[in-house]
Amino acid sequence: MAYQLKLEIVTPEAKVFADDVEMVTLTGIDGEMGIYPEHMPVMTQLVAGEICARKNGENIYLAVGDGFVQITGKRVAVLTDMAIKASDIDEAAAEAAQKKAEARLTQKLSDEETATVQAALVHATTQIKVKQRHKH
Amino acid sequence: MPSTRDIRRRIKSVKNTAQITKAMQMVAAAKMRKAQSAALVGRPYAQLLNEIMAEAATRTVGFDHPLLQARPVKKRAVVLVSTDRGLCGGLNSNIFREALKLDKDTTVFITAGKKAAQFVGRTKRNLAAEFSYKDTPDFAEARAISKFVQQLFLKGEVDAVDILFPRFVNTLTQLPTTVPFLPIGKISAATSGVNAPAQELPAASTTDVFDFEPDEETVLGALLPHSLNFQMHQILLETKASEQSARMVAMKNATDNAKQIIKDLTLEYNKLRQANITKELLEITTAQMAVG
Repeated sequence: MAYQLKLEIVTPEAKVFADDVEMVTLTGIDGEMGIYPEHMPVMTQLVAGEICARKNGENIYLAVGDGFVQITGKRVAVLTDMAIKASDIDEAAAEAAQKKAEARLTQKLSDEETATVQAALVHATTQIKVKQRHKH
Repeated sequence: MPSTRDIRRRIKSVKNTAQITKAMQMVAAAKMRKAQSAALVGRPYAQLLNEIMAEAATRTVGFDHPLLQARPVKKRAVVLVSTDRGLCGGLNSNIFREALKLDKDTTVFITAGKKAAQFVGRTKRNLAAEFSYKDTPDFAEARAISKFVQQLFLKGEVDAVDILFPRFVNTLTQLPTTVPFLPIGKISAATSGVNAPAQELPAASTTDVFDFEPDEETVLGALLPHSLNFQMHQILLETKASEQSARMVAMKNATDNAKQIIKDLTLEYNKLRQANITKELLEITTAQMAVG
């Protein structure tokens, strides 16, 4: 393969994905971006949503949280607070987490707590969305 | 000369102590494994964050951010990270010895952990704020400390911020270490230095200039505080790993010492007992001879 990109997705808990792929689609702060090899160097913020990586003609989907993306011609580095493969998402658990977070938001919380709960809510919602889109 | 009863009593009390220290050792060992893996698991993230920051900083020209501003240092803040509880060997005292070397008048302390707060109070240093963190430090707890420090720096109340914490080297060694936190001058220091080697990256040629979307201010404005928060979190995790390791080793030593004392006391007890028996036998035989 002449043209390949190295995609790395890292969270504080683990290195979720590190492989050579042909194309990456992700949601940046200015909208969705499709990245092919030899892309110009870009740095941007990642918005919670979906990352699609194409390897050998097959699409791999991941649900990701907020973070940062650094793109060079040969590499896409993604730093995010959550990343989970669509096939590994536990929808029931995500829904439970979503309900719990929503319930917590109705209570009175400090700023710090609100930020934490909101992040959890975004994570859960993203997971559910990605899972539902790729249900077979 | 103590009686056999006294010695028996002492053996019993030492045995109880040994039991307690043994239990504490077990608890610390279990917690240590958890804390150590938590401290190690964040490394790839820290490393990538480093790379991105370093590249971003070198590829942007003429960009200035308040957090990057280096000023002549008149007043310095030190974040002193300690444990909440004692019984962990010299861990805290080593940290405090380093802290004592700092100039009393130009240093402001921010403490994390109860022992550090007590130390600052005891030695009458300037205390700016007191934070606490749980056994498994949350990101939110780290963010609170980091935010407070950033504000101090941005308001110009201090011109530099360092962090003093027990760096986790391995189970037997924890080094008191000072890392610069603000201003973000040398970005390569963004890990807490868990002997993470500054990996040379197979970067694209340096002539590349990064495009920022939407713009530099927004991206770096979000990236810099985030990286500081993350660094603080990593430091708290490491302190926990150090604490549990130090406590386990300290408690192991205590248990071993107690066992040695029990051995010595038992020997003394048996000697005394035998001496008593011999004495009694002698008395009986002399009495018999006198009668007979």
